[in-house]
Amino acid sequence: MKVVITSSNKTLADPIDMHFGRAKFFILADTETGKAVVHDNAQNLHAAQGAGIQSAETVAKLGAEVVITGSVGPKAYKALQAAGIKIALLEAVCPGTEALRRFKDKELPVLDKPNSEGHWV
Amino acid sequence: MKAFPAIAIASGKGGTGKTTVAIHLAALLAAQGRAVQYLDCDVEEPNGHLFLKPKMERSESVGIPVPVVDAAQCTSCGKCAEVCEFNAIAMLKKPLVFPELCHGCGACALVCPVGAIRETSRAIGVVETGRTGTIGFAQGRLNVGEPMAPPLIRAVKARRNPDAIALFDSPPGTSCPVVATVRDADLVVLVTEPTPFGLHDLALAVDTFRPMGKPMGVVVNRADDDRRVQDYCQAENLPVLAELPDDRRVAETYARGELVFDRLPEWRDRFDALWSRIEECL
Repeated sequence: MKVVITSSNKTLADPIDMHFGRAKFFILADTETGKAVVHDNAQNLHAAQGAGIQSAETVAKLGAEVVITGSVGPKAYKALQAAGIKIALLEAVCPGTEALRRFKDKELPVLDKPNSEGHWV
Repeated sequence: MKAFPAIAIASGKGGTGKTTVAIHLAALLAAQGRAVQYLDCDVEEPNGHLFLKPKMERSESVGIPVPVVDAAQCTSCGKCAEVCEFNAIAMLKKPLVFPELCHGCGACALVCPVGAIRETSRAIGVVETGRTGTIGFAQGRLNVGEPMAPPLIRAVKARRNPDAIALFDSPPGTSCPVVATVRDADLVVLVTEPTPFGLHDLALAVDTFRPMGKPMGVVVNRADDDRRVQDYCQAENLPVLAELPDDRRVAETYARGELVFDRLPEWRDRFDALWSRIEECL
């Protein structure tokens, strides 16, 4: 299964980024092969508005079925729903490898509503 | 000078006295028998009506065009999402529209190769027009929670009477709503206060309006012996149109929603002098 982990840096050893829309990096990991590919999210990190929406589009294009992250706003949630992407929720920062392990062990709850306020410019 | 110029009363910092200056200029000009119209462009919190107490004559809904995608015709090519500068359309299996982010530019409908996008109007607020004696009055009221002020500001200004001096009461700051207000003014009157914040935000406003080629003048409200604003104006070659002294009675009158003239006659002379200076700048 292909999952995206929101990351503060380029490898799975780095701490995750708790924000979805303005995450610094997306790491696409394959749960079967363990292969990981990094995607720089700088463009959305600096978007004036709609960062979450664009990030949802990005992870959909990456082919992810699940996003592992800490917070998702209302518009990003709606966009991820439309793309059929599930959200696995982390309550605290940890390394990407740890997040992935916990996901595989089914320790992470699935988010069924946005858990962050939307924001304007 | 045009017979009926448009003057924007703006500021960088909020709460410096834009509305105070604008309503008193309106009242002064009306008392002189001139045709004048007050347009409250601070559509997020219009308050000029509290003082001018206009008799409203019309209220009209204002909307912006937002896209509606016909799923049956859509080929999911994604061109609409690509062209949108404001991320109001996302291309996920099908296009997903976020109307609250849409600026109503129409680009998505233009680029759609199969004509699957039509536009519908989304209400953002109302424009109200009326009169206070001989003063023409117009204001916009943006719906609560609505972020898209500029289209409503343009709608307020579309009610401008070409045969009257127009006073645009601007929102504070230097962002899009302010630019939308000031854009077609013949002169920008910047109201500020003699504080570090007042000076800092005045400089931001000057930096915003100068590239627009707008003639500007400054009103120092609640003036005291801090001269840094005046020094800045001199260095920047900006005329100081008036220094209005700090007077507690003015604040008290304002708090009651009354005009200062009615209570403190010496203030009529101050606004009279301000208007003379404004005319020199036009």
